[in-house]
Amino acid sequence: MDVELIRLTKRYGGTAAVDGIDLKIRSGDYCCLLGPSGCGKTTTLRMIGGHETVTSGDVVIGPRAVGDAAPSERGTAMMFQSYALFPHLNCRDNVAFSLKMRGIGKAERRTKAMAMLDLVQMSHLAERLPAQLSGGQQQRVALARALVTGPKVLLLDEPLSALDPFLRVRMRTELKRIQKELGLTFIHVTHSQEEAMALSDLAVVMNGGRIEQAGTPRDVFERPASAFVAKFIGGHNIIALPGEAPIAVRADRMRLGAQAGAAARPARIVSVEYQGSTVHVGLEADGMSEAGPLTAILDDDAFAANPVALGETVPLGWDAEAAHRLSA
Amino acid sequence: MTDIALTAPAVAPATATPSLTKTSRRARRLAYLQAAPMALVFLVFFIVPLALTLMVSFWEYNEYEIIPAFTVQNYIDVFDGCLSTSDPCTTLRTYLSTLKFCFLTWVFTLGIGFTVAYFLAFHVRSPRTQMVLFLICTIPFWTSNVIRMISWIPLLGRNGLVNDTLRGLGIIDRPIEGLLYSDFSVVLAFVHLNTVFMIVPIFNSMARIDRSLLEAAYDAGASGWQTLWNIVVPLTKPGIAIGSIFVITLVMGDFVTVGLMGGQQIASVGKVIQVQMSSLQFPAAAANAVVLLGAVMLMIVAMTRLIDLRKEL
Repeated sequence: MDVELIRLTKRYGGTAAVDGIDLKIRSGDYCCLLGPSGCGKTTTLRMIGGHETVTSGDVVIGPRAVGDAAPSERGTAMMFQSYALFPHLNCRDNVAFSLKMRGIGKAERRTKAMAMLDLVQMSHLAERLPAQLSGGQQQRVALARALVTGPKVLLLDEPLSALDPFLRVRMRTELKRIQKELGLTFIHVTHSQEEAMALSDLAVVMNGGRIEQAGTPRDVFERPASAFVAKFIGGHNIIALPGEAPIAVRADRMRLGAQAGAAARPARIVSVEYQGSTVHVGLEADGMSEAGPLTAILDDDAFAANPVALGETVPLGWDAEAAHRLSA
Repeated sequence: MTDIALTAPAVAPATATPSLTKTSRRARRLAYLQAAPMALVFLVFFIVPLALTLMVSFWEYNEYEIIPAFTVQNYIDVFDGCLSTSDPCTTLRTYLSTLKFCFLTWVFTLGIGFTVAYFLAFHVRSPRTQMVLFLICTIPFWTSNVIRMISWIPLLGRNGLVNDTLRGLGIIDRPIEGLLYSDFSVVLAFVHLNTVFMIVPIFNSMARIDRSLLEAAYDAGASGWQTLWNIVVPLTKPGIAIGSIFVITLVMGDFVTVGLMGGQQIASVGKVIQVQMSSLQFPAAAANAVVLLGAVMLMIVAMTRLIDLRKEL
């Protein structure tokens, strides 16, 4: 189902946690709300899910504005950051909980719960208590619990943050698979740009209660709307030449030495990091950047052909078409 | 303390060389040494008196002396006539009366205790207010038990505040007799004295419930009552069990409250023991005490059957 936010605002006392945001998420999209902590992404998610009252503005899910309706009336379900599995119920009863609350009979709700556990490949551990499961397994049960009532929109609050890096990547794939399989709208809060890039159809970068940019991950990465977005999603150098508006240039479009072009400026190499398929070179150039050194990501072959060493001064430039003008 | 004593041997097999084994043995001895003071306190103030009571309960006695011997007569006396079905014996009647007070007190303290704890844990947001309200709950404990009970007397008596007020308002024209020195006043005093023992452990259990569980229940479409019954109550069970053990053991062994608030007219097991003690029938009192201990332990075992306390703690 489509989800639309209209001038959505949340104020705590005098401060606005979410400051009049507008957003349209198409049905079946995987949307990631991305931003640093305190940017209002979780508050936004909680307002969509009905766990936080709306100060002003509206949340529209499908055909209707949901106002302050209870979560179960919205067709949304939430997956909590700490999973929030009921510790006294086994996996099956955890999953069947919302069906029980709706007064569905024991046999039917158990069958449905088992089917859901099957979907997340957890039916063999249905009798276990949450405390007897690993983090990844708890996550799967939490997902099954959220999906069992057939929500049209699934809300995920930093679902992968408690997992180790290996599991995180696996669960990420799993989430995407289930989302595509069921054709649901997923709204996923994360502070990891990598996660957002990997998962989303629509990436929404938030900062200070406002949306900085919303678009496909490629859009956001290729054409960051602001210096904040460029910095937050990483892989960009923000270059402010004297007397010119700041531009963002992708680190892998930076050029050193002979390829640097006519507009090249001298830069001192402050770090060289070998990363396998690429080499990250840190550079300092006077009057080009205000914040810290610039990074050039070079292809390992290119680097091997024209190696540079720490402390050297080399011409630094970039592909002209890669320069992207920033609004702020 | 037990933790150390238990983990020390587990470490031992991992140490191969003789010198290391020696250190681990020393560590184990140290662990026992650390546990010793507590064990000593238990021995002197718990095991020894209990053993003495048990021993004395088998002694003989007559009007003027107590004779160290072995007899089960004291126990036979306790259950004298209890096999006849037509007329229940004194012991059985006394136990039934005590159990009745126990049950009534348990019901009311649980009801009030749960409600107060729920309010403190879930409705009071700031920890500071929580602390203040919690302290207010304990104010009655700043003065002695007996004084707290006696203070009910001018309130509930024949010409007490309640009767006077009701008469003054013209609601009744003769004082209500049953207010004081009745089952009602005994239960009232028990509830007054013991509710806090319910509040504290239940509050403790509730405070440990992750708030996101309540949100998850709300997200799953549970109403307030459904959340209370399906999430809060099951997760508060350990607190309820601990509070219940406090209240039940306190009421089962009581003789002061029943005496004072019952006008010395109501029987209770504790009162029987006290009367026997004051007439120096120590062996009989000891036998009664052992039977009472057994009864209370049975009740606690039954309760822990329902809830695995060790797991919950």
